[in-house]
Amino acid sequence: MASVIEVTDLRKTYRLGALNVPVLNGVSMSVERGEMVCIMGPSGSGKSTLMNIIGCLDAPTSGSYRLEGEEVSRWGDARLAAARNSKIGFVFQTYNLLARLSALANVELALQYGDRRNARARSLQALESVGLGHRYKHRPLELSGGEQQRVAIARALVKNPAIMLADEPTGALDSRSSAEIMAILQRLNRDEGLTVALVTHEADIARHTRRIVSLRDGLVVSDEPVAEPLQAQAAEGVSA
Amino acid sequence: MTIFALIGTAWSSIGGNRLRTGLTLLGIIIGVAAVIALMSIGRGAQEEITSRIESLGSNLLYVRPLDGELTLDDALALVDPVFTPSIVRVAPEVSTGGSVTYRSTETFAQVAGVTPEFADVRNFEVASGEFISAAHVENRRNVAVLGSQTSEDLFDGRDPVGVDIAIAGIRFTVIGVLESKGGTAFGNEDSRVLVPLTTAFYRLGGQRTAAGAITVSLINVQADGERIEEAQQEAETVLRLRHEITDTDDFIVDTQQSVIDALSETTGTLTVFLGAVAGISLVVGGIGIMNIMLVSVTERTREIGIRKALGAKRRDILAQFVTEAVLLSLGGGLLGVGAGVVASRVLDGFSLAGSELTTVFSGDIAGLALVVSAGIGLFFGIYPAARAARLHPIEALRHE
Repeated sequence: MASVIEVTDLRKTYRLGALNVPVLNGVSMSVERGEMVCIMGPSGSGKSTLMNIIGCLDAPTSGSYRLEGEEVSRWGDARLAAARNSKIGFVFQTYNLLARLSALANVELALQYGDRRNARARSLQALESVGLGHRYKHRPLELSGGEQQRVAIARALVKNPAIMLADEPTGALDSRSSAEIMAILQRLNRDEGLTVALVTHEADIARHTRRIVSLRDGLVVSDEPVAEPLQAQAAEGVSA
Repeated sequence: MTIFALIGTAWSSIGGNRLRTGLTLLGIIIGVAAVIALMSIGRGAQEEITSRIESLGSNLLYVRPLDGELTLDDALALVDPVFTPSIVRVAPEVSTGGSVTYRSTETFAQVAGVTPEFADVRNFEVASGEFISAAHVENRRNVAVLGSQTSEDLFDGRDPVGVDIAIAGIRFTVIGVLESKGGTAFGNEDSRVLVPLTTAFYRLGGQRTAAGAITVSLINVQADGERIEEAQQEAETVLRLRHEITDTDDFIVDTQQSVIDALSETTGTLTVFLGAVAGISLVVGGIGIMNIMLVSVTERTREIGIRKALGAKRRDILAQFVTEAVLLSLGGGLLGVGAGVVASRVLDGFSLAGSELTTVFSGDIAGLALVVSAGIGLFFGIYPAARAARLHPIEALRHE
């Protein structure tokens, strides 16, 4: 069976006026089904760009990207959008929820552009699985940062994606909320077999995963399993 | 996305900023209301004119000279049981204009010499006094019947029957006043003075043909019931024979309907023109929508990024913003129809420059205004929506 993610010699160069800015200089890596992997690196290392390409939000300049065995790197806008809709679950540092919609409506938004069957029930179920079933009517501003990020995880989860991509998911959270989020991600990975790839620059967050890929200057400098992954303490109301 | 999801999404974002939405709607409301109000004024004028002409009698025909002359004998020849069975009666007119004075008050009126048949053919009743009789015509009596407006001008509400007036310096005795009819194709019927045909001819400067026959300026013809076309053909046949015409007629026979049609065309053009002027304000309203949609796209760049990250395609985003624009303009259009109906009700009977406005509202005007406003939303919504759809998801997500 094909890897969920397989990138080979991936390059990305941005043009800033007359200047060419290389960001990825030939990255090769793969993520297998059921893995929980962390991409680490200092700012400017290209980790976010790699994440955007893997998340079908951006196209590489050259190189190959296979998503569940399909070559994605030359796809056009509409097919990329369809892939984002059905295969990728994105979690952002800043949550990116729509302020005027309830938690439930924010989760349902993910189903609006694809398979809408039982959208409400599936969305409620996703909210319940992150421990927010009772707060579905609340709007983002009525929720704490950790709760907002849990809504965002539910939104990524509801599509039953091939992979969940989390870009600095705890970057805006205090340590207690961070632990909650990591506990949820670990549980989803362990119990439901969800493939998770997250980007962080915090070493102790990275050690909650089972494998760390380090980037520097657009190249993979190390790719090692974590000997003893930390287990995040589940918060109240979240079944770990 | 289904159409319901699109409308739901558009509704919630439109509702998110009530004041702005309200002001944008106002542009369309005013535009649509103006179109409806002005077009119903145009329609009102149209119906007013039509009904006034019809009040003269729908089975009327008018014979007028065209590069030629009509004589009294022509008129009399049109009543013939054999050649013109569809014509009931005729009323020839000899028109002269002139000043009409009572003591020091002077007014100008269309003075027409007529026969007693005129009252029947043209549906006139006298409000007071009597109409011109056969004896008046036969004896060339200096009597006059005044139109209601002329009577009002000269006598200011008093009863003029029995009083002497002067027409072109010649003394006439007023014997009656006509009921009011309003303006028609042939000027204001109420500011007329009717005198016996013979009197007009011999005393007020009638014209003879080269052969010495009495000329008339107009022959009113009353057809038998609905047989208007037959009456027209019979009149034409008789007059062609009498005038020995081989190619082009030197007279014209108009039916009441052809007069109504010609006038309707004119007022129809007027209505369209009024609508077009009001349509300009609708376009201005559309520009308002475009403006607010551009602001909205900029403000919601991040939302667009989120939607794209969740899998929205370009056409999903396009559809979302176009739906919003059309919903705005259609909503404004519906409210504008309401405002326009109220405005045309209020304007009905409103006095403007001495004449009363009549407004006629009809569904097709409202339908047209709605379709146009929706079209305007579509037209002015496309560009902002296309801008939203073209945004790159990553750049949109980074937008603050």
